[in-house]
Amino acid sequence: MSTSESPQSHIDVGDGAAIPTKSDVGLFTAWRIAFVGSIACCIFLAVYKPDPYLAIFKFVPDGILVTFKVTVGAILLAIVLGLFTGLGRISTNRLVNGIASLYVEVIRGIPLLVQIFYIYYALGRFVRIPDLFSAIIAMAVCYGAYMGEVFRAGIQSIPKGQMEAALSLGMSRRQAMRHVILPQSIKVVLPPIGNEFIALLKDSSLVSILAVSDLLRRCREFASESFTYFETYTVIALIYLVITLFFSKLIGIMEERLNAGK
Amino acid sequence: MRIEFSGIAKRFGDHQALKETTLALPDVHAMAIIGPSGGGKTTLLRLIAGLEIPDRGELFIDGERLESGQAALLRHRRSIGTVFQSFNLFPHLSALENIVLPLEKVHGYGRPAARDHAMALLERFQLAPHAGKRPAELSGGQQQRVAIVRAIAIRPRFLLLDEPTSALDPEMTAEVLDVIGELRTEGRDLIMVTHHMGFARSVADHCLFVGDGAILEEGPAEEFFAAPRSEQLRSFLAKILKY
Repeated sequence: MSTSESPQSHIDVGDGAAIPTKSDVGLFTAWRIAFVGSIACCIFLAVYKPDPYLAIFKFVPDGILVTFKVTVGAILLAIVLGLFTGLGRISTNRLVNGIASLYVEVIRGIPLLVQIFYIYYALGRFVRIPDLFSAIIAMAVCYGAYMGEVFRAGIQSIPKGQMEAALSLGMSRRQAMRHVILPQSIKVVLPPIGNEFIALLKDSSLVSILAVSDLLRRCREFASESFTYFETYTVIALIYLVITLFFSKLIGIMEERLNAGK
Repeated sequence: MRIEFSGIAKRFGDHQALKETTLALPDVHAMAIIGPSGGGKTTLLRLIAGLEIPDRGELFIDGERLESGQAALLRHRRSIGTVFQSFNLFPHLSALENIVLPLEKVHGYGRPAARDHAMALLERFQLAPHAGKRPAELSGGQQQRVAIVRAIAIRPRFLLLDEPTSALDPEMTAEVLDVIGELRTEGRDLIMVTHHMGFARSVADHCLFVGDGAILEEGPAEEFFAAPRSEQLRSFLAKILKY
């Protein structure tokens, strides 16, 4: 990962930019074609072939809700974890730095699917917690590590002079971080956090291997009862696509607003 | 102010930024530090500011030894105003908020009192119309004047200025130097690293010539410029004053 002196520098973390870039303008942008197209497909299928499509669409809303719960819960927890991990990674305290770095290295080296199983069964040995929560915790622990790198890069992208000026005015490091450095980092970390959110939304489908009835699991249940595998997976793909595209646009707009308020 | 360096030295990696230096300045009010780039001027200033800790030696300010513990450094920095070459205003805050933040978070002002104090100072330096603007909306000269106001708002014992006009256009340089001159006229003590010899001569009562990590010459401003003793200072002044 590269960092540079400029506070506006772009940070690239995660599995590629899911947010449409500004240069993507015009009436027929890739985003519009995909978004309108997938919604049109959904409507078309439901109207022209209600059996089984309409039945599938009626069956899945519960799953969408669970997928949202997992995604939102995990991202909020991951942001908190990531903030502390990022601060730990730049800490001069060797113990704190060591723990944060070890966490990032270990997590990044294990596939998410394995982590989900591991945390689910490891937690299960000690405490009985609802499946939904252990799924959220597993996702958050994993994404917290990536988010930690986002925050670290965001903090380090703020010019050194800012910390110096804050110290010279008598602020402690903690005060400088809180009142001077972090508020400026937000603008830098928001786009990569948006990308992580969308990546997490997609990866949340992995929790369907636990007993969590998210979108994917609901559909699998439906498919295995009705033997309409092709149709069901078509619907899942379309629904994920619509949701993901919707959020990527929303985050893109938020980002633009933030830059406009410079 | 009274400043005393007792064998202080500072090294950054392989670079000896400041060689062992001993010097006592019993009674200076405005000191200019001049010298070639990379010679150690800024290091000297940053040591006084408490932004660097010397590797060796001791530093006394007004008879007090500067300790290297975090708490002591924090106390020290709170009593000194520092102005940087690159302004270092906080870009996410308005001019007014830049001044209010340290008053409120560090110096125990209530919010209304901090705002009143900051506003009064901005008015005094003709910056009141810009109080609500972010640094990016201000000219370089205005930014540096706000930075100076921010530094004096905390009521420092003295002010440290590190090449405060080096990043400015000539006409903005004048407006910033005017402010510094004005602060001096009202009796504020300051130490300034500068390349403006005329300004140093008119404002400073004492000058240091720093080069190659050492104080090569020092003395009262008048003698310093009129009759430089060392060859290095003579050739430095000749080069600088040539154009």
